[in-house]
Amino acid sequence: MDIFVQQLVNGLTLGAVYAIVALGYTMVYGIIQLINFAHGEVVMIGAMVAFTVINALAAGSMPPLVVVLIGTACAIPVCMLVGYAMERMAYRPLRSAPRLAPLITAIGVSIILQHLAMLVWSRNVMAFPQIIPLTTYGFAGATITSVQLTIVGLCFAMMAGLAALVYRTRLGTAMRATAQNPQVARLMGVDVNRVIAATFIIGAGLGAVAGVMIGTYYGVAQYTMGSVLGLKAFAAAVLGGIGNIPGAMVGGLLLGVVEALGAGYIGDLTDLCRYGLGPEESCADGGHFILFGSNYQDVFAFVVLILVLVFRPSGLLGERVGDRA
Amino acid sequence: MKNQRRVWFGVALIALTLLLLPFALSQAGTAWVRIANFALLYVLLALGLNIVVGFAGLLDLGYIAFYAVGAYVYALLASPHFGLHLPIWAILPIGAAVAALFGVMLGAPTLKLRGDYLAIVTLGFGEIVRIFLNNLSQPVNITRGPQGIAGIDPVRIGGIDFSRSDSVLGVVVSGPMKYYYLLLGLMLVIVLVNVRLQDSRIGRAWEAIREDEVAARAMGIDTTGMKLLAFAMGASFGGVAGGMFSAIQGFISPESFVLVESVMVVSMVVLGGMGNIAGVILGAVLLAFVPEVLRWTVEPAQRALFGKMLVEPEVIRMLIFGLALVLVMLYRPAGLLPSAVRKRELTQERTS
Repeated sequence: MDIFVQQLVNGLTLGAVYAIVALGYTMVYGIIQLINFAHGEVVMIGAMVAFTVINALAAGSMPPLVVVLIGTACAIPVCMLVGYAMERMAYRPLRSAPRLAPLITAIGVSIILQHLAMLVWSRNVMAFPQIIPLTTYGFAGATITSVQLTIVGLCFAMMAGLAALVYRTRLGTAMRATAQNPQVARLMGVDVNRVIAATFIIGAGLGAVAGVMIGTYYGVAQYTMGSVLGLKAFAAAVLGGIGNIPGAMVGGLLLGVVEALGAGYIGDLTDLCRYGLGPEESCADGGHFILFGSNYQDVFAFVVLILVLVFRPSGLLGERVGDRA
Repeated sequence: MKNQRRVWFGVALIALTLLLLPFALSQAGTAWVRIANFALLYVLLALGLNIVVGFAGLLDLGYIAFYAVGAYVYALLASPHFGLHLPIWAILPIGAAVAALFGVMLGAPTLKLRGDYLAIVTLGFGEIVRIFLNNLSQPVNITRGPQGIAGIDPVRIGGIDFSRSDSVLGVVVSGPMKYYYLLLGLMLVIVLVNVRLQDSRIGRAWEAIREDEVAARAMGIDTTGMKLLAFAMGASFGGVAGGMFSAIQGFISPESFVLVESVMVVSMVVLGGMGNIAGVILGAVLLAFVPEVLRWTVEPAQRALFGKMLVEPEVIRMLIFGLALVLVMLYRPAGLLPSAVRKRELTQERTS
């Protein structure tokens, strides 16, 4: 039971970050039906920029929270710029091209960003300086750290902010109009290009914060961290129903929990000795014969993705889009 | 008549060049023959992927998984790891069949999906295969995990050992040169299969599916079967290429089958021209030689200018791939040597 609650807490933390990254995918997809493959790299760049700033300031006398805030504040505009630049240069010229074309450029952009990051920050893993004193709280037999609490709180605040932006402001209305029908939105006086650019910029800004959070959570950042994170977040977006903003939030949290619980229990569940099936020499004296251990953690997101696409392509909250031609 | 003679002359010239190439290359060093072999391996891969992406229009970003499957099948059946040492004529068909099975396994659940979803799912599939290769060392040691499998048998056909030099009629033929001819032969077979497929009933069915799946089904094409067939055939070619990779290298580990390799093969197909066999070969050869050219130009240039290496050639290579993908799509979406149909398709406006 303790393990269950602990994994739930860890899963929710990670899931909250997935949700924020997934929002970047889903917003762009909702508006121009493009899988912005390079979004994961934007998240990575956010983490790298923030880590650079934080590492530079860590030696100073500023309080740790301020240092992290400054790092994040530097990362957000950089990511927004990257997001805007890629929309402008790689996606906008292809907006009326067949679907495969922007997807292929997106892969290209992702490769370019990843290796530019490697040029700037080298192959080495960047470590987060030990400046935040970790406070842990007991909770129903599990422990929860202050970092985890901050991440979850911040994610919910950002989701609420985004919801307010999309459903309460003029820009949000324009975004929803463009998503429904760009041609008609243009006739109604919406500057479609600006709205799309704004979507990319907002998504990239969220991605920057997500990058800082995941980097702080794991304590490391590296130029390769973006691709798998991006894939998982995409899986989360599909799980919730791609193009659907509340869906991305639900999907992210759910995927985080599934992944954490899966990693926590798969070893026990696939231990053949439990079922009396394992070879005797390994099962003797309470030994184990584990088919799949927790190192298969990264597989869950893909399995979830495939299952959702096969059995419910519309996701949990979305409309049916998986097979739209 | 005269025109036809000219075509035959051209074919003969290309054939002669390809036949004599390893001798010319070996003058510059055996390393260059090896590089040519890798270029040929990439041509095999690109031709296999071309069936899936170019003919049937299904973007597969996890193609390297089939290469990995073929390589591991070869390694498991011909290495000291299990003590099995099957001959190549037994292994390559098994490798192709297992890879085709994986192709169907990937294809079956994704058949209903539209292009861009398919791309992501295939990407995930590629990662899953790699994670399994990395972890299937426990509880039963099948793949030896990240350590990889070493001591893989080289190809032996009859009395000819491909890892050693022989002299034929006084001419020394080194191991890599033998592999070169073997790969060249395989490539010819695969090119032939590709050409015959393209203009066959199957090829036309794939083209119809690529253009409009609903219409294709309405015309009585078994779209499910045809898409699965595309996956299976593409995968089996990848499996054969993987087997050859195993034999040539003698050592494989999951590290050789990362996502970047998939992207590389996709870049080759896209750069050369999706759906056009000659274009795909051109793309594969061009991009396969990029790292070598960089090694010979960028490294010395940097050392001369700055006195040390600032930018690794590896990074420049990846930047070139990324840029190639973006620029080709922006300015020449049908590739360097476009296929006629594909060109029409990629330059017209999206209607839906």
